[in-house]
Amino acid sequence: MKKSHIFGIVVIAAAIMVIISTAGDASTYVGFDDARAMAEDGDSKKIHVVGQLKKDAHGEIVGIQDSPNKLAFSFVLVDNNNEEQRVYFNEPMPADFLRSEQVVVVGNFQNDHFLASKILMKCPSKYQEETIEVNDV
Amino acid sequence: MHYFIGSLGHFLIIAAFVSALVSAYGYFRSVQSTEIADKDSWMRFARIAFWVHGGSALGVVATLFTIINRGYFEYHYAYSHSSTVLPVYYQISAFWEGQEGSFLLWIFWNVILGFVLIRTNKFWEAPVMAIFAIVQGFLLSMILGVVLFNLKIGSSPFILLRDAMDAPIFKTSPDFIPEDGSGLNPLLQNYWMVIHPPTLFLGFATTLIPFAYCIAGLWLGKFKEWIRPALPWSLFSAVVLGVGILMGGYWAYETLNFGGYWNWDPVENAVYVPWLVLIAAIHTMIAFKKSTTALKSAIILAVSAFLLIVYSTFLTRSGILGDSSVHSFTDLGLSGQLLVYLLAFVLGALFLIIRSWKKLESDEQEVSTYSREFWIFMGATVLCLMGFQVIIPTSIPVWNALVGLVGIDSNMAPPVDQVEYYTQYQLWGGVLIALLSGTGQFFWWNKMDKTKLKDALLLPIVLTLAITAAIIILFKVQNITYILVLTAGTYSIIANAKILLNRWKTNINLSGGAISHIGIAMMLLGVLFSSGYSKIVSLNQTGLVWSKEFPDEVNQKNLLLFQNEDRQMGEYSLNYKGTRKRIEGFPGYVNIHDINQINETQAIAGVDLSSDEEVVFHQGDTLTLITPETSYFEIAYTKEETSFDLYPTVQINEKMNMTVFSPDIKRKLGFDLYTHVRTFPDPDQETDWSETEIITTQLDEPFFVNDFVATLEKVQRVTELDGLTLGEGDVAIKADIRVKGSDRDYLAEPYYIIKDNQAGLLSDIIHDLGVKLTITEIDPKSNSFKIGVNKTQKDWVILEAVEKPMINVLWIGTLVMVIGFIIAITRRYGEFVKMKEKGLES
Repeated sequence: MKKSHIFGIVVIAAAIMVIISTAGDASTYVGFDDARAMAEDGDSKKIHVVGQLKKDAHGEIVGIQDSPNKLAFSFVLVDNNNEEQRVYFNEPMPADFLRSEQVVVVGNFQNDHFLASKILMKCPSKYQEETIEVNDV
Repeated sequence: MHYFIGSLGHFLIIAAFVSALVSAYGYFRSVQSTEIADKDSWMRFARIAFWVHGGSALGVVATLFTIINRGYFEYHYAYSHSSTVLPVYYQISAFWEGQEGSFLLWIFWNVILGFVLIRTNKFWEAPVMAIFAIVQGFLLSMILGVVLFNLKIGSSPFILLRDAMDAPIFKTSPDFIPEDGSGLNPLLQNYWMVIHPPTLFLGFATTLIPFAYCIAGLWLGKFKEWIRPALPWSLFSAVVLGVGILMGGYWAYETLNFGGYWNWDPVENAVYVPWLVLIAAIHTMIAFKKSTTALKSAIILAVSAFLLIVYSTFLTRSGILGDSSVHSFTDLGLSGQLLVYLLAFVLGALFLIIRSWKKLESDEQEVSTYSREFWIFMGATVLCLMGFQVIIPTSIPVWNALVGLVGIDSNMAPPVDQVEYYTQYQLWGGVLIALLSGTGQFFWWNKMDKTKLKDALLLPIVLTLAITAAIIILFKVQNITYILVLTAGTYSIIANAKILLNRWKTNINLSGGAISHIGIAMMLLGVLFSSGYSKIVSLNQTGLVWSKEFPDEVNQKNLLLFQNEDRQMGEYSLNYKGTRKRIEGFPGYVNIHDINQINETQAIAGVDLSSDEEVVFHQGDTLTLITPETSYFEIAYTKEETSFDLYPTVQINEKMNMTVFSPDIKRKLGFDLYTHVRTFPDPDQETDWSETEIITTQLDEPFFVNDFVATLEKVQRVTELDGLTLGEGDVAIKADIRVKGSDRDYLAEPYYIIKDNQAGLLSDIIHDLGVKLTITEIDPKSNSFKIGVNKTQKDWVILEAVEKPMINVLWIGTLVMVIGFIIAITRRYGEFVKMKEKGLES
């Protein structure tokens, strides 16, 4: 076998490894029910859940709890299947949190509680202005 | 309403678009003509068309900038990206904040580069410029803003606000012009954001040059000749793109609050990969003469670098990244158009490559392990694999969309911890690159065999082991992977330094490679230490379990600081001194409670403001705020004898509804101390006061207020009071209460007012101490006063502090790399000019 053939095989093997690792290490978007089922099966892999903050009839966000030392907080997220779940986050509340239109939490269930390791927020006005401010003249 | 300027801009876009296509056609005919006379006349025609195109494109840039600069907010672009208070340099940032403006920036650079190429290179002008003009046509069509057969082509930056937005105000008064724009995203109000995008886009634009030369070479059948003129440009492109990427990293480090310079975000990855491929292309271009394999690789890689730039444009601008990136552009609904171009470029290039492939003969002999080509080739392969490893997971949203097309619902999400995920692979790439760049250099400069290699490598290896061992002991490096990275990086520096010394003796012009390799190795070491050994100083191992529900104790990375209370953090003692503002004409910072803001940019001094014992502004003076949206949190650090202040910031942009925290960094020789505030009390929230405590006191008799010593210094009747008209028989009494804080004295001035026979109490608040003082009763007989005291929670911040060791090695390494590139560019350009003058190659 020529050296170049061995070299080619090594490169192809590395490329295949990359693809396998991508498929293997990729997370998934799921709902809370699937996430819970995964945790019950002993799968502690972290997943993405997309949802919105729970609001009452007046559109006020409800269910936010600060830890006594303000260094952590928890909130109620309603996922796209309309399932509610309290999510714990070990960081102070991000500044734009209450304004976010959509929240993606990355984490897993631990002892029946969802612990987020990362929160991504989609804020409506971040990159495009949708409303015009009209001043009284 | 300024209709003319917008119509002019739109006309110029169309003119630039049409002339680009005309120019492309002209150049194409020139290449395809067989008669010399035809060739020349088509070329002259195409050149004029390109001049027209360039002129129009520059006109578009000038027009759009005028609209922003003059503040014509009837235009959507000015309204959504700028505002009246924006200084000129941020108006420049506002120019390319939007998609349309950033496409224009790219177009602008291509025009400049096109002019340079027309002047410097006659032989390649026609085919290269034909490709340039086609790409310009593609870029311009993205901002064309024309609807053809219900198909929207491009999005024009000259749309009026009323056409872009469906606001009710335009139904009643179509000529409504907002007084002010919504302003520039606070994140982008940073000096790096003025120069980072132009640099990056110059990098984008320059990748077109090696691509154009390569395609021209394939087109004309000059499979080897394209490399010499393309090489200096490739080097230029690589250094500009590299510097542009790092500027972005530096901006992120200084402005964003994820605590680093690189986050493996899809937007970052999308430019990192083409850069790696471009570097690989350069290496194979250097080795093409003796090896057809290298030539073939050079062709594929030079083409891929540009195609990857187009792909990254598609990723960041089509909206496909969606949730997976923090900072992609808004979706303008142009994904289809982008996709069509991407496919067109890929297929076009692929066609030319396949057509030429058979004509490129294969190497007769296999490359020897002792040849320079072998080592170059290995390096290029590692670079490509590194790029492949990044692009595959970055494209996860694309894979989801692709399988979605065939009806499979895929819910793949990006890796949970991007930094950890990419680092674990890229680290090994870094090690291999360091080893190869160290060893490969010996093969490059000398004919090697076994014994020679031993001689050459002995000294560097011994030195490396000695130095690495010393560093391992000194810095307590114990992680085995880190030890490997450290060894490889050190080896690369030493081996390349040896080469550099040899070149220094012979010909310094040839030292570019060695120097840039040293720079890269330094960057690797800088990344290793600053990331691998970054230490969260504010880590809080109180032993408290955060919530009983969780099995594991969760350490908290942040620290809660109450104003004026010392708190120990690692070796430092921290104290949050309060919120500050900056004003023009005053050195340093001003306490936010010493001034009263009256409008967006101005405030009135509430007390005399002095610096170095000298009063700069008197009470009642009008002050102009510097960056009015920004507040600075003064954090005092004390460590043994030394102390310093850091001022992390928060910027609140009410119009955009954004709150942005930015860090402050204490730069020391060995490490950076990075501090950023995570959150602070909502300024709009009502204060919760405690029950009133009544204290009876007399003039000059000390009493305690919230543990601070206070004295009633003066009581006097006043005849004037702001916002209140005093009639005959009305009485207003002002009390001066001095409270001794830990750093300074505060003066509270509550009023006791009798108006129309009713008593009114006007309290005064000392924010820094969290107290409210009220005169509740005056007893003239005993000369005593009753003072009401309310307390509230002290002001607080939650912050994170991180130590990043050796981060300066990364920045210095970047500079070294740039110097190496500049030397290499000079050398390669010199070679090209020499050959051109000899008439050997054109």
